[in-house]
Amino acid sequence: MLIPISRIVGILVLLSLGFSSPAAAADYGDAIITASIGDASTLVPILASDSASADICGLVFNGLIRYDKDLNLEGDLAESWDIKEDGLVIIFHLRKNVRWHDGRPFTASDVEFTYQKLIDPNVKTPYSGDFERVKSLEALDDHTVKVTYKEPFSPGLSSWGMWIMPKHILEKEDLSNTKFSRNPVGTGPYKFKEWKTGEKIVLVSNPDYYEGRPYINRYIYRIIPDQATTFLELQTQGVDMVEQLTPLQYARQTDTPFFKKYYKKYKYPSFGYTYLGLNMKDPLFADSRVRLALDYAIDKDEIIKGVLLGLGRVSTGPFPPESWAYNKEVKPAPYDPKKAKELLKEAGWKDHDSDGWLDKEGKRFKFTLLINQGNDPRKTCAEIIQRRLKEVCIEVDIRPIEWATLLSEFIDKHKFEAVIMGWNLSRDPDCFDIWHSSKQRPGEFNFVGYENKEVDSLLEEGRREFDERKRKEIYNKVHQLIFDNHPYIFLFVPDALPIVHARFKGIEPAPAGIGYNFIKWNVPKEEQKYTRW
Amino acid sequence: MVTYIVKRLLGLLPVLFGITIVTFFVIHLSPGKPTRLQAEMSPKITLEAMEKLDRLYGLDKPVYVQYWQWVKKLVVLDFGKSFTDERPVLVKIGERIPITITIELLSLFLIFLIAVPIGIMSAVKENSLFDRASTVFVFIGFATPTFWLALLAMSLFGVQLGWLPISGIKSLDFEELNFLQKIADVSRHLILPVFVSAFGGLAGISRYMRTSMLEVMHKDFIRTARAKGLSEKDVIYKHALKNALLPIVTIIGLSVPGLIGGSVIFESIYAIPGMGKLFFDSVMARDYPVIMGILFVGAILTLLGNLLADVMYACVDPRIRVGEKR
Repeated sequence: MLIPISRIVGILVLLSLGFSSPAAAADYGDAIITASIGDASTLVPILASDSASADICGLVFNGLIRYDKDLNLEGDLAESWDIKEDGLVIIFHLRKNVRWHDGRPFTASDVEFTYQKLIDPNVKTPYSGDFERVKSLEALDDHTVKVTYKEPFSPGLSSWGMWIMPKHILEKEDLSNTKFSRNPVGTGPYKFKEWKTGEKIVLVSNPDYYEGRPYINRYIYRIIPDQATTFLELQTQGVDMVEQLTPLQYARQTDTPFFKKYYKKYKYPSFGYTYLGLNMKDPLFADSRVRLALDYAIDKDEIIKGVLLGLGRVSTGPFPPESWAYNKEVKPAPYDPKKAKELLKEAGWKDHDSDGWLDKEGKRFKFTLLINQGNDPRKTCAEIIQRRLKEVCIEVDIRPIEWATLLSEFIDKHKFEAVIMGWNLSRDPDCFDIWHSSKQRPGEFNFVGYENKEVDSLLEEGRREFDERKRKEIYNKVHQLIFDNHPYIFLFVPDALPIVHARFKGIEPAPAGIGYNFIKWNVPKEEQKYTRW
Repeated sequence: MVTYIVKRLLGLLPVLFGITIVTFFVIHLSPGKPTRLQAEMSPKITLEAMEKLDRLYGLDKPVYVQYWQWVKKLVVLDFGKSFTDERPVLVKIGERIPITITIELLSLFLIFLIAVPIGIMSAVKENSLFDRASTVFVFIGFATPTFWLALLAMSLFGVQLGWLPISGIKSLDFEELNFLQKIADVSRHLILPVFVSAFGGLAGISRYMRTSMLEVMHKDFIRTARAKGLSEKDVIYKHALKNALLPIVTIIGLSVPGLIGGSVIFESIYAIPGMGKLFFDSVMARDYPVIMGILFVGAILTLLGNLLADVMYACVDPRIRVGEKR
């Protein structure tokens, strides 16, 4: 039976009205108190590189574009954009009703100014990389910006999510020595109010925000360096939101009547993964059969159960499962120690002297697994791997090393055999810097020394292609190839585990998480807690 | 006395200079670059961008050049700027010192208030039940891991009983309170940190006090005092105590640098933005200017503390007064 399209549309409209009506009656007021383990460093957006600074900048500033709840690009300060000349030119059409927190209108000259600061060799920004590829940027009029690239660069589009700074305030300032870094003026949903170093940062809602005034009046960002303390604060309702509970807190410690009554927990895959990186320049791991054997010998589900209490999923490649680049056809290697042993035997590794360890040409199969000190989940992870590899007669030494030393003395110098690390990924799937064979200099990110001509050219192609369907094909191939080559043993994607006080309504988990619609969160009048503000 | 102090002060300068050289080079020996750590392993941050940062921070120059530049500024009391947030080092230290000194002073005061009487009583009633019980008590304090005790106390007084705030030094609505309420608010927040940190310090002082008191009590002049027929109270408080306090004076002098040291574990647990946390974070981030600034101030205070102890010694003990002609 055929249903006329107009009727389907009608039903959909009714459904959507039915769901959206409660939001219309939401009340303004109340404050939200969140806890962070670290303090922000600077609120000059192009200088901020730590996550705390980014949390605050994200509420005070806007970029030209952003990712929506389904992880598609949408306009933010730019209403729309056109991609022309095969991706060489991007034209942004800016919104006309946006004002800075001090009342001055936002215009194309602010975008131009931000760009100039990003490429200024005397500005201490770590983000210049993506913008060095821009040939020129010109403001066609007050609300149109034309960006011309030296060559087509599709990840460049998402780089315009960079927060835009006000020209009229910063024009004559030295960015690394300006009061602005602790008293920012942006275009975002929240205005800066105060910052007490190491204690808290307070933001208040911006009534003139272009998307409408946020419902929650105040955003208080408390700095509590200790996770146990944060948890005690939750127990007295002193903190309303924690962005990441530990698996133990999520699964057991919050499984009480108190937490069920006063808080809501959320769970969704995070945008990152943890892996066992193998140094491909090391003779031990040069043979692909050996790397594959390791994948078979390590039980990933067991690690997820042991380390994350089941709060995560097996990872199979360089993209997070929520990304469109993720190839669902790639299936993780099952735990199969027998197969692992066979593969090792094929590669010449046998227990010739029957001492319980594999050897080849008189050398025992033994390697050191590096982890960063103080990271207990990774330590547990390493211990599980150690035990599983012992079962296939491979000896593993675990060596925890302080983070800075691990990076500079081992990773940067390629002086390691195996390492457990994790990547936090950006929304765009471009992973050129991690996998391209040219990215192996000290300080660059292909430190395992992965070299695959096909992957190289696919990554280059992915950067030139703007059509998402074609890019999907490209990155699906990249996913499959990298998985087949096993430069990493992909372990898991941990879940993001935020907790929010139950009085906050309007939270709708989506692939992007829960924070994307923060300005719609609200507390009904009768449940509001901080009414003084 | 004045010439003595001036001489000593001048003598401190070369020592201080030596300390800065050693610390500067030792810190730069430790592997890891501040710019690398700032980038937090983000693939968005390119090697070229990091090299640019190195150049702007002067990290591409040899260490002795960096040292020379640091000293040149130090001479005019410019401690430089932090690598992590570009703020002057002195401002960063300045905003954290008051709270650390307050807590340390209060806790030091509390320690002396409790530990000195305990020490005296234990010595006077050597091997009594009190002596043994107090010994066990102070050593429990000494042996208990601070973070564990702190968490237990927070859980009991903050969560179960709800009497005291758990963390921070001020309530969120602090600005809206009147003066008296503000004092009450800060005091409530300080109770747990001060008591918990004092508990761990009781053992040291009370033991010093006990030993020193015992030593004095066996001296001839005490026997003389008793033989004169003085009351036991006079013997203990007028004759013995005055002499037994001498070593304690040294300890006061030596605890001066500790006043600004703070404790990272403690400050993390109670979410107090103090010096311990600042120093720890700076070390982890390889924030050289801040590390050097804190170490330099610490070195000055240590040297001055030693001097202070010597001077106080001279004041309370006529036998070691220097420079006075007979």
